[in-house]
Amino acid sequence: MTPKDLKYSKEHEWARIEGDEAVVGITDYAQEELGDITFVETPEKGASVKQSEVFATIESVKAASDIYAPLSGAIVETNEALEEHPEVINESPYEKGWICRIRLADAGEAENLMSAEGYEKYLEGLED
Amino acid sequence: MTAFGGWHMPLQYKGILTEHLHTRAKAGLFDVSHMGELLVQGPAALGELDRLLTCRLDDLQPGRCRYGFLLREDGGILDDLIVFRTGAESWMLCVNAATTGRDARWVAEHLEGAAFRDASAETAKLDLQGPLADAVMRDLMPQAVGLERFHFREGSIRGIDVLASRTGYTGEPGFELFFSAEAAEALWDLLIELPDVQPAGLGARDTLRLEKGYPLYGSDIDEEHNPIEAGLERFVCREKDFIGRDALPAAGATRRVLTGFVCSGRRSARAHYRIYAADSPREADVSGPGPKAAGGGPVGQVTSGTFSPSLKRAIGLGYVDRAFAEDGRAIVLRGGGAAVRATITSPPFVG
Repeated sequence: MTPKDLKYSKEHEWARIEGDEAVVGITDYAQEELGDITFVETPEKGASVKQSEVFATIESVKAASDIYAPLSGAIVETNEALEEHPEVINESPYEKGWICRIRLADAGEAENLMSAEGYEKYLEGLED
Repeated sequence: MTAFGGWHMPLQYKGILTEHLHTRAKAGLFDVSHMGELLVQGPAALGELDRLLTCRLDDLQPGRCRYGFLLREDGGILDDLIVFRTGAESWMLCVNAATTGRDARWVAEHLEGAAFRDASAETAKLDLQGPLADAVMRDLMPQAVGLERFHFREGSIRGIDVLASRTGYTGEPGFELFFSAEAAEALWDLLIELPDVQPAGLGARDTLRLEKGYPLYGSDIDEEHNPIEAGLERFVCREKDFIGRDALPAAGATRRVLTGFVCSGRRSARAHYRIYAADSPREADVSGPGPKAAGGGPVGQVTSGTFSPSLKRAIGLGYVDRAFAEDGRAIVLRGGGAAVRATITSPPFVG
């Protein structure tokens, strides 16, 4: 089930917009594709990130994957639980597996993201 | 599923970590039917195989098997394998999947009096590995229980003829089961039904073998390396003549040697990452651009790297300058935009 209250990117990241901040992570589809996640590298607090640019790395047993920022802004918080337990992303990609919180540079950028329905259709298209 | 050595193979079933941990705790079942089985037969077989394999064969009794290498004339490794003496004049070589065809041609071309048959296509192989493997076999093939390592027995499981050897690639007690491919689904289904047995794929097979420091052909050993460089001279019997023997360097006389490392955290170093001394004069800052060649160049290269589910940190193997390859030496592994701190550690890393 794709949570209805989130926005989604083509690279399988999600954003939960809360006023002028957003919490971001990767989708269930992404964690399934990656397999068991063994390491997560996130940017430092205070770092600025740009929409669609690489801002984090997630490693699974077999490979490392770039994660793209769904929105631009400054990192205000990162999920420290991921340091010792990155597998939380596999278990709970939309809740306990959140990656960071961003203070948004431009709330209008959310228009570049898909709704839950749009993301579900997008996934169906990938499966073809 | 993933492509491997010309086969369509399961990388994982439920997940690499869970399959790995289950194999260390209970019993994992690996479908490795893609591997090759080459049969050599006749009174000339012993002498002719002895000239092809690095391991000693004349003291191998029926029911015993041994690990060794097929070498090129220049000492480069064509394959690593286990040779089984199935009778006074009959032998089976279990070889890697990707090299089966080449190995078959090499062996066949070099035999004269002995008969050769490539039985790979009609032979299935399942590896049952883990502390509970013996308990599983007690009900199915009791004569296999209590076999010593590198011993095997031929018998049957529920009417299926099986050669069960006390060998494996995980470091756990367990068995490699060789039998007719026609019975593959039946034996798989039978074993999977057992409550303590879970299927495990190539992903877990790799993390399990790497925790024990076992080399993987094509990654840690290949034609460009000889067994001395790979630190595996104990599987080479120089007292007999075999192809490649005279090209081999003396023990300990290679510039580099295959050794292991344990990383400081969870981040993995991958194959082809360069290995630098952590205390080299220019290695001041791990996140910097890295030392220049003169005086601070690489001391080695990674050949295999992964996350160890048992240690919960990254591990790997690589070729390192012998002078540098001491346990405890601090190194930095660079590649793919990453810099990973690690410590040289002789395997096994676990157990």
